[in-house]
Amino acid sequence: MNASAGRLSLWLLLTPFLLWIVLLVLVPHLQMLRVSFQVRESWDTLAWGLEQYQNFFTESYYWRTFVRTGVMSLFTTFLTLLIAFPIAWYIARLARGRAKGLLFLACLVPFWASELVRTYGWMILLRESGLFSSWLQALGWADGPVEMLYNDVAVIIGLVYNGLLFMVVPLVTTLDGMDENLVEAGYDLGGNHLTVLREVVVPWAMPGIVSGCIVVFMLTLGSYLTPILMGGKDSAWFTGQIFTQFITRFNWEQGAALGVLLLVLSSLIVWLGLKLSGQSLRKVMG
Amino acid sequence: MIRSVPRSRWFDGLYLAYLVAFFVYLALPLTVTAVFAFNDAPFPSLPWKGFTLDWYLADGSGGRTGLFHDDTLLSALWVSTKIAFWVTVVSVALGCVNAVLFERLEFRGKEFLYLLMLLPLVIPGVILGVSILVFYSGMANDASRLWGVELDVFRPGMTLVVMGQVTFIATLATLVIAARLRKFDRQLEEAALNLGATPVVAWFTVTLPWLLPSILGAAAMAFLMSFENFNTTVMLTGSDTPLTVALFNRLREGSTPVLNAVALLLMVGSALLAVMAMGRSRDNA
Repeated sequence: MNASAGRLSLWLLLTPFLLWIVLLVLVPHLQMLRVSFQVRESWDTLAWGLEQYQNFFTESYYWRTFVRTGVMSLFTTFLTLLIAFPIAWYIARLARGRAKGLLFLACLVPFWASELVRTYGWMILLRESGLFSSWLQALGWADGPVEMLYNDVAVIIGLVYNGLLFMVVPLVTTLDGMDENLVEAGYDLGGNHLTVLREVVVPWAMPGIVSGCIVVFMLTLGSYLTPILMGGKDSAWFTGQIFTQFITRFNWEQGAALGVLLLVLSSLIVWLGLKLSGQSLRKVMG
Repeated sequence: MIRSVPRSRWFDGLYLAYLVAFFVYLALPLTVTAVFAFNDAPFPSLPWKGFTLDWYLADGSGGRTGLFHDDTLLSALWVSTKIAFWVTVVSVALGCVNAVLFERLEFRGKEFLYLLMLLPLVIPGVILGVSILVFYSGMANDASRLWGVELDVFRPGMTLVVMGQVTFIATLATLVIAARLRKFDRQLEEAALNLGATPVVAWFTVTLPWLLPSILGAAAMAFLMSFENFNTTVMLTGSDTPLTVALFNRLREGSTPVLNAVALLLMVGSALLAVMAMGRSRDNA
């Protein structure tokens, strides 16, 4: 192949990529940023201004939900990691042969169903007329129907459930590649369970932990279905507010500003997570 | 905590109990959803009133309309299928092109473009939807107001949904296909060239067959992800509602076992697709 043919094939391959990234990612996001700084003066005139952002800070409902969504997402991510780690350890290091494959498969199965189906399943279990409530009554532990849905605990149960796969898979992958001699050496040098876990296992699994945490955090922060369907009146989620601005109130300027804020929050936390753990986006994602 | 390191018996017992509890937690919501699709009662809750297929087959005469007679849900299913088809075609095509671009070619700014390629994975789905809505639908509004030109393709509807989903599904397809291309032995291609094949012929007779399992895997994944997507879709959908959005609207009105019937159908459908994709990739591994 001569040089000009090489250049030609580069451009042939580069063009679809650039069209995709520029037309579907970069330009729309820049436009969203632009619209968020617009203020509607009348039905067809716009001015530049910070009004949408001022609304966010003066209207406590907005920023409270924002902080709440961020904190709950972090908590959910942490909880998912805690729950998934022993499972991943078992699958990667203790289970053998068929059991290993079957257990791993069992973790994947729920994710062949959509988030909507999973959330719906939890609603059937948790609501007042639901299964848990009926069981409690049948066992005589409750006198009447018990409502377990529509509160923050229910939301977190659902969110953790949605995130599990994305935590288990990267953990299993990194733990699988660990050399058992490292762990044994840790014990030989006098470490107990806790020190070996902290000094050997966790550092080794760090890339998996970080990629799992980033994906789960992102999915949780940006989830809409689970918090809306399982949360109560007080469990507002920030994506719900964005939806309301766009679809219900048709206030695109305010919605765009809220969207930008959510994007800033998620990017900031993902970036911080990468910095603090010394990982790179390329390493954990690609 | 390793096979060769001794553990206490109560720790083992505790660990086992935890494992069991975890897998029960994992299985419970899906199991109840599936089981209540066959309960002969108007609500998906206890007590169990007997087995019925009404939630699939009832034609509305007995006050019950089963899934196969529910026109709204069936048309939503069709809308979702059409969307998923186009998303799969576009994402897999982009995935192939991108994989070759990043695995085979050297050019300036490659590292930066690779990071751009990963970007959609760290943008919340709702934001992807919102930004596309603001840009394209806003453009359609402006064009209509300023020049009286109607750009209906860019109003909320199927085209925008496909565009929104392609944004991030193309990244995933690229990663799947690139991973396989990385393992390809380039000497095979060179051998084809030595034997007189043109680069294009070598690509189609040697490289593409090697990539085929990952292309099919990426296609199955793209189809499933598109079918299930809600967060991006809900911002971009127009009057032709896809299934997830239709189910969501139903669910807000209150749940009936028809929803369980749809849910079970979705689970079985995606499980079949996943098993097929996994089986194929194992054959060719």
